[in-house]
Amino acid sequence: MATVVHEPPKMDVDRLPSQGSGNGGWRNLVPASGDLRKVKDSSPPPASTGIWVALASITMTFAAFTSALVVRQGGARDWQHMALPPILYFNTLVIIASSFTLEISRRRIAAFMGGLQERAENPLRWLYITLSLGLLFVAGQIFAWHELVSQGLRFATNISYSFFYVLTIAHALHVSGGIGGLVRVIAKFNQRVLKRSTLDATSRYWHFMGALWVYLLVLLWLKL
Amino acid sequence: MHDMSAHAVHHGAPTSFIRKHIFSLDHKVIGKQYYALALVAVIVGMVLSWLMRLHLGFANFAIPGLHLLSKNGAPGDIMTPEYYLQLMTMHGTIMVFFVLTTAPFAAFGNFFLPIQTGAEDMPFPHFNMMSFWVTFTGFVILMASFFVSDGPTLGGWTQYAPLSAVGAVSGPGQGTGVVLWAFSIAFFCVGQLFGSLNFITTTLDMRCKGMSLMRLPLSAWAWFITSIMGLTAFAVLMPAVILLILDHIAGTSFFVASNLVINDSLLPHSGGSTLLWQHLFWFFGHPEVYIAIIPGMGIVSHILITNMRRPMLSHRVLIYSMGALAVLSYMVYGHHMFVSGMNPISSLAFSFPTLIITIPSTIVVLIWLGSLYGSKLRINSASLFALGFISMFISGGISGFFLAQPSIDILLHATYFVVGHFHLVMAVAAIFGIFGGTYFWFPKMTGRMMNESLGQLHFWLTFVGAYCIFMPFHYLGIAGNVRRYQAFVDDYLIPLIPVHKFITVAALATGAVQLIFIYNLIYSRFWGAPAPDNPWQGTSLEWSTATPPPHNNFGDKMPVVYHDPYQYSVEGASSDFIMQTSPEPVHSADEEK
Repeated sequence: MATVVHEPPKMDVDRLPSQGSGNGGWRNLVPASGDLRKVKDSSPPPASTGIWVALASITMTFAAFTSALVVRQGGARDWQHMALPPILYFNTLVIIASSFTLEISRRRIAAFMGGLQERAENPLRWLYITLSLGLLFVAGQIFAWHELVSQGLRFATNISYSFFYVLTIAHALHVSGGIGGLVRVIAKFNQRVLKRSTLDATSRYWHFMGALWVYLLVLLWLKL
Repeated sequence: MHDMSAHAVHHGAPTSFIRKHIFSLDHKVIGKQYYALALVAVIVGMVLSWLMRLHLGFANFAIPGLHLLSKNGAPGDIMTPEYYLQLMTMHGTIMVFFVLTTAPFAAFGNFFLPIQTGAEDMPFPHFNMMSFWVTFTGFVILMASFFVSDGPTLGGWTQYAPLSAVGAVSGPGQGTGVVLWAFSIAFFCVGQLFGSLNFITTTLDMRCKGMSLMRLPLSAWAWFITSIMGLTAFAVLMPAVILLILDHIAGTSFFVASNLVINDSLLPHSGGSTLLWQHLFWFFGHPEVYIAIIPGMGIVSHILITNMRRPMLSHRVLIYSMGALAVLSYMVYGHHMFVSGMNPISSLAFSFPTLIITIPSTIVVLIWLGSLYGSKLRINSASLFALGFISMFISGGISGFFLAQPSIDILLHATYFVVGHFHLVMAVAAIFGIFGGTYFWFPKMTGRMMNESLGQLHFWLTFVGAYCIFMPFHYLGIAGNVRRYQAFVDDYLIPLIPVHKFITVAALATGAVQLIFIYNLIYSRFWGAPAPDNPWQGTSLEWSTATPPPHNNFGDKMPVVYHDPYQYSVEGASSDFIMQTSPEPVHSADEEK
């Protein structure tokens, strides 16, 4: 899987007005004199902004789930505390590790794109490792659900289990989306058309999924 | 994982029919698709309101052919009480989601936001395309519930638990109907999240050179603010409907309390919180009111400025006020729950921001009125509907002062007073904004002018009709007429039946008037006079490009912006307006403030 890249992938460059829209830039504050020559063409790639917007939306969704859990538990007499399946702790290590491996890969490709290094040393290897860890995480989650179901602990067994399934499945679906993103990054890298903004957006999403999982684990551990 | 890399500059003009007209990536086509969807939805919603009004005004009125829609719901063409509630629920859901959110925000916003910002397209066109088709799927799912065995849900557009969560045992449509409703709304949420993602990123990143944020027209600002609200509000409604679906299909107990006996059946649920649904729903639901109305505020401001030939008293204060409305809208949702048994201190906590929110609303209205004062407004269909919007917004807003106070709200809650309030301030006002936007932008969207005489006739008849329908609602509410009753048999309600008859006749007549609009729309689309590029002598970017705009909006040359958006009646200028793209110097004190 060792890969040596001999020609740089296409990079995102600032767009000129003749090349399309976007030079307005969100930092583009027109000076009081109105002199457009002083305007900095600093439009960030839409993917950079877009990923933060998407993460804000996902944050709101999980905040809503959290508040639902807190409110539902607050007045509940039927709440049964559940023991989390031990494999979740292993899965936590897996997803944290995957963030590190992705960051190693991202930095190597970024340094290469930025011209700091002449060759990108084995970035694909780390991307594949990240992908494998992501798949392992999802498989681990499926194992956890299977383990609970085999003990007869299902969605409707008790409200604590309901929340456990809802939160972990919602998170796993989002991680699956991240896996799709990683596959896309690898495919684009192989085709030499990977853009820095795509790589950065994917890695931000992935790190967010890791952080979100740690948050969920703490929440589940404390509340369930 | 979302596709973040594709952006507008990468997709060329489509060649195949499917890519051009159906699965189009072009924001303009998507905008028109949203408009068409809203048009179909509003017709369905209006017909439903006619059926309801006929039933309310003329008890046991046989509506010919109604049994074809539902054999059980309308045996002998007479509506059953349950079927009345089912139609009412569908009316509310269709209107709030698929008309009031879809037309002013998604339709006009899609078409004009990229053009007004000077962009070639939205940054994520595939998401944009999916946004429409996911929304469309949601609409189809909702319509499908008319055709399941026991019909659509009867729980109201708010779907309060536990009624919405207990299943078929609680009445027709409460099983499959609710599940279809919830899936429809889930699809709608996904569509609007994709849309909001594009709107926000377009505004922040895709503006052309020279287009600072403060140089954006007020309509673009309104769509931008609305998209931020959409991103946060629909992201909360989505989990709520997921939990509702799970209560139905997985047997969970999120919203259903213990020991609930319905129709002699003990339900298997335990410990659910009925108020949890209300909290989640209204956290979305109140911002949704502003999601429906803020785009109208922006559109109306844009129309009025163009027709007054002068800017608003304060561009910035209008923007800040719309922003304040958006922020405050998240802090007031509890006023929908004053009678839910909440702690009086909580009521006070929600009442206070509810009264505060009238301040930015009032500022917006005062800026409109102050700007209009002394102006030589050009009277045309668009400006008339803009004035109509202000009128409706003020009339409906004033009743909001009453409802904001818990002590009065306890009396008026769940009466027709509330129905009159929200129909005027949110529904009719927003619809007037849609009409105004249509008359104003139709030339740019289609390349043809609409018939002005028919437009003005349409306005006056609709304006009078809307007041005839909705002002009496306030009277009914004060008289104690509870909403959602399907018949008025109590002694105190019987004297009010003539008022209901009047409202029904007014609703039928005002609905029929809309045929003028439909005719004008269709006739003008094909046979209207060809539109020039800038028929209203506007200054913003949509008027600087061809009519209709080319695939990439501006042809070979991307625009460069030199001015604030509304340079009208500038002293010493060569004409009474200076376009944003004109390098002509401006020596006005207002310029570049």
